[in-house]
Amino acid sequence: MNEKPGSLSTPEVKNGHFERDDTGAIMPTIENFYNFCAEKKLMGVKCKGCGSLIWPPRGICPKCFGHTFEWVQFSGKGKLLTYTIIHFPPSQFIALAPYAVGVMKLVEGPQMPGMIKHVKLGDLKIGMGLQVNFEASIPKEWPRWPRYFFETID
Amino acid sequence: MREGLYTRELFAEAAKEAFDQCPNLNPKRDAQALFVGMMSDSYEHQAHVAPLFLDWIGLTPKPAFRTEGACASSSVALRSAIFAIASGMYDVVLVGGVEKMTHVSTTGVTEILAMASDFPFEQWHGISFPGIFGMMAVDHMHRYGTTEEQLAKVAVKNHEHGILNPKAHFQKLITIDDVLTSRPVAWPLKLYDCCPRSDGASCIVLTSPEVARNFTDTPVNIIGTGHAQDTLSLFDREVFSTMKVAKIASEQAYKQAGVGPGDIDVAELHDCFTIAEIMAYEDLGFCDKGKGGKLIDDGVTHLGGKLPTNTSGGLKAKGHPVGATGTAQACEIYLQLTNQAGRRQVAGAEVGLTENLGGSASTGIVHVYERGD
Repeated sequence: MNEKPGSLSTPEVKNGHFERDDTGAIMPTIENFYNFCAEKKLMGVKCKGCGSLIWPPRGICPKCFGHTFEWVQFSGKGKLLTYTIIHFPPSQFIALAPYAVGVMKLVEGPQMPGMIKHVKLGDLKIGMGLQVNFEASIPKEWPRWPRYFFETID
Repeated sequence: MREGLYTRELFAEAAKEAFDQCPNLNPKRDAQALFVGMMSDSYEHQAHVAPLFLDWIGLTPKPAFRTEGACASSSVALRSAIFAIASGMYDVVLVGGVEKMTHVSTTGVTEILAMASDFPFEQWHGISFPGIFGMMAVDHMHRYGTTEEQLAKVAVKNHEHGILNPKAHFQKLITIDDVLTSRPVAWPLKLYDCCPRSDGASCIVLTSPEVARNFTDTPVNIIGTGHAQDTLSLFDREVFSTMKVAKIASEQAYKQAGVGPGDIDVAELHDCFTIAEIMAYEDLGFCDKGKGGKLIDDGVTHLGGKLPTNTSGGLKAKGHPVGATGTAQACEIYLQLTNQAGRRQVAGAEVGLTENLGGSASTGIVHVYERGD
């Protein structure tokens, strides 16, 4: 293994530094999404053209090709659509294995993938309620994005 | 499966075999270009492979094109070559693919293959590549009642076929119990639900229909080609256990070929994980959606069944040197349709199909072939 994604450089952490456009608005970028995660906010964008809620944030609306958006904060609540239990993980996750990952559908509509924590693996069930939470620590490796994860709710 | 050789050497072996199938072809005189698929430069620390492979088969200064579509890299090369010939630019080209993976640890391969998934939202959250297909499998089991035993049967079948292919990576039979008790990778997928990492190359000579008979008496015609893309990430799809790309690409290929799924005599499917072959049965129209498990139960896709799939052993037993897989599937169908498949020959096969996926079925490419003699 000679090369890992991003192993070539480790730029300075830019926590709290939001990329903004000429008008001062926070741009709909991946980096800015994770900057909001550092503030424990789960954010997506709403297309000003067609009103669609888009996650992850991006520059072109996949529904109407619009390119103007406003940020919206999601509740972080939703339901589990599918999952798997990873026994053989990528190297940086070895200490966590076996662990569950899945896709959740937010009550607002968008779907997102992530790790499911603090759950008995045998209790996982499609349709179960989930809630997004945020890791307290900032990862050491590039790109140092603060991770979100899912927890079960009753 | 050839360990100990570098990609250029693997590729040259495959190119020589392709040339040998065309007794009247003089590559230096007749071949006008090379199209080659390879996924990752990371395995061998080698980029810019198009001129490299061209050089090692003695074809400089002809133009060479390298394509990347993860595990569908050489099917992208094949489509590109078809368009180059259809455009009138070339009459005779070489198309192939290669990957050398076995010298890299399983963890290393897992991480390189994971590059075909979404870095910020899948890889960053610990979602491995088998994990993506594991999530598809859980969805399929939930919706349709597909069982782990049915998944296991795909692996057992493909190993049964593999021992009939001298070039297959695995030359041994396995049982359903072997699969079910193999160590979990991404539940419900276990080790024997997953294809291995392999070294290998594959190559075909592609010509315009007009000149094919100058080089061989037994050409095979590609009569349909289809290609579709879906989101790179799995999470944004409406249904995780339907491969929209396989559905759309096969509809395109069937329409162009003027055939339907019922006309296919033999097919090579992208069984990177056992669930992928079950979903392919359904999405290619070999059975209704949700009935893929029953199709394997009924033995339809075994050699001797009505529609044998992965007679080569498939990715599971033949091996999956990812860049080589697309044109390796085409090679198997070529052998089947020219009655050269030996002990795994499907008697009287007239029409064949290949289905090759890239990533989490983010790329899907389907070709339909018929005997040309």
